[in-house]
Amino acid sequence: MTGAGMDFSILQYHFMQNAILAGLLGGITCSVVGVFVVTMHLSFIGVCIAHAAFAGALLGLWLGFNPLIGALLFSLAAAAIIGPVADRGELNPDTSIGIVFSLMLGLAFLFMGLMQGARTEALNLFWGSILTVTQQDLIFLAAITGVIVGLVAVFYKEIQAVICHREVALAVGIPATVVFYGLLFSTGVTITASLQSIGGLLIYSLILNPAAAAYQLTYSLKRMLFIAVAFGVISCWAGLVASYFFDVPSGAAIVITSAIIFGLATAFSPKRKVKGWQQAPLAG
Amino acid sequence: MDNTVIEIQDAVVSYREDVALQGVSLEVRKGEFIGIIGPNGAGKTTLLTIVNGLGKLVHGQARVLGSWLNGSNSINLRKRIGYVAQVERIDPRLPINVRETVMVGCYGRLGLCRRPTRAQWERVDEVLEMVGIAHLSQRPIGHLSGGEYQRAAIARALVQQPEIFLLDEPTASIDQKAQREILSLIQLIHREYDMTTLFVTHDLRTLPPVCQRLILMKDGRIWQQGSPESMLREEVLTQLFGAPISVATEIAPVRAE
Repeated sequence: MTGAGMDFSILQYHFMQNAILAGLLGGITCSVVGVFVVTMHLSFIGVCIAHAAFAGALLGLWLGFNPLIGALLFSLAAAAIIGPVADRGELNPDTSIGIVFSLMLGLAFLFMGLMQGARTEALNLFWGSILTVTQQDLIFLAAITGVIVGLVAVFYKEIQAVICHREVALAVGIPATVVFYGLLFSTGVTITASLQSIGGLLIYSLILNPAAAAYQLTYSLKRMLFIAVAFGVISCWAGLVASYFFDVPSGAAIVITSAIIFGLATAFSPKRKVKGWQQAPLAG
Repeated sequence: MDNTVIEIQDAVVSYREDVALQGVSLEVRKGEFIGIIGPNGAGKTTLLTIVNGLGKLVHGQARVLGSWLNGSNSINLRKRIGYVAQVERIDPRLPINVRETVMVGCYGRLGLCRRPTRAQWERVDEVLEMVGIAHLSQRPIGHLSGGEYQRAAIARALVQQPEIFLLDEPTASIDQKAQREILSLIQLIHREYDMTTLFVTHDLRTLPPVCQRLILMKDGRIWQQGSPESMLREEVLTQLFGAPISVATEIAPVRAE
């Protein structure tokens, strides 16, 4: 930081331009899927899918194929396993998701332990490295962002019905199950696309925090989407700036920024006075 | 002319080891108002889920609105069937208001990739007016009381323009004043819209006077059925519920209203 103000000459560097673009795209797409999981109260499912993607990416690194393919396959498989388990109630969802979560973490450490030589690339997947994002990563992230935003625009009313009133959506003839699994798979794909820049351990905070902050501030789903996206992008960019000026890891700075935004949103939330869930019996 | 809108033949439904319906057969004619009563676990809700295709038959078959139900046509049939369940717990922070919640009723018929028209929004406002909660249209759905929430649920079912109206304990967990208002509304809708209505309850005091036929369910079977006058007798109800029921004090005053 200079005495007269911040030195923004760093913006002329190509790696920083890529990082800013990755922050924009990652901030948008993570926040949009975050709105789904936060509104459906499925935060733990998202955490589980994030760790599955991480384990899949490490498998790819260990066996020598593209880690993004491993991440995609594992995250989609996790969504396909967890969705029915949570739905059918055969096991307590917390228990079954917890088991899948710990299995994924165990597999991640196993694949890492089996790797030969230096594990720099694997550690990058842990923490993320937004400053070293490649052109190819950006193209993939841009494509996923375009697809997710496009799907939300086209199927907004079905998504709104399913995330707010899933049983009702099913009863009025909306393909609610297809939409529900579509949302879970979108979460998996988004996590895969953002893994390189944000990191497997930190990605989920960027999905959860901006959406949870927006949830505190509005009763309109459309506004919630826009606020979450703004918070997500601000978190990424502010985290990047903090990372540059204070020489701290970028992924950690992004996540801490998003957590601070959540704290502020909760402190100033107009919903703070709203009592907890309705208690039966209900008054007329 | 065949005016049967629901025909269920020897329906068996089971959830793993538990048999929820055991060989249930039923015919419902267009415009009928049928009350379905019985103790908890009798299979009343499961019977409704057979009608709207959400329940899976392990044996038997069901014809609804002229179509034999199979896995592929139930989603289209549900667009023509209004369903109101009992009051559910709603997160008060949920980002959707009453008007938007009611509009969800249109989404099935509207189809994918199509947005609601101005006429449909006007229809939502009309129905909200009719059920008496137009002044709450912009309120978050999680901020409604139980009675208001049920009015919103009925409005949502109505904008769906249903041919069959399924009501699953719609007055459970709400106070008596709201119960009476909801029951009046249900009767009004049944008459005005020439609806075929199936009304499930385990609380005999909430059985609307408009009810023409009463089905008594027990242990997953139709135990008896007939006119309300023939079914609402102390010896019948005491046997059904396995506890003494006093018609004079528990049912007669409400049905007289």
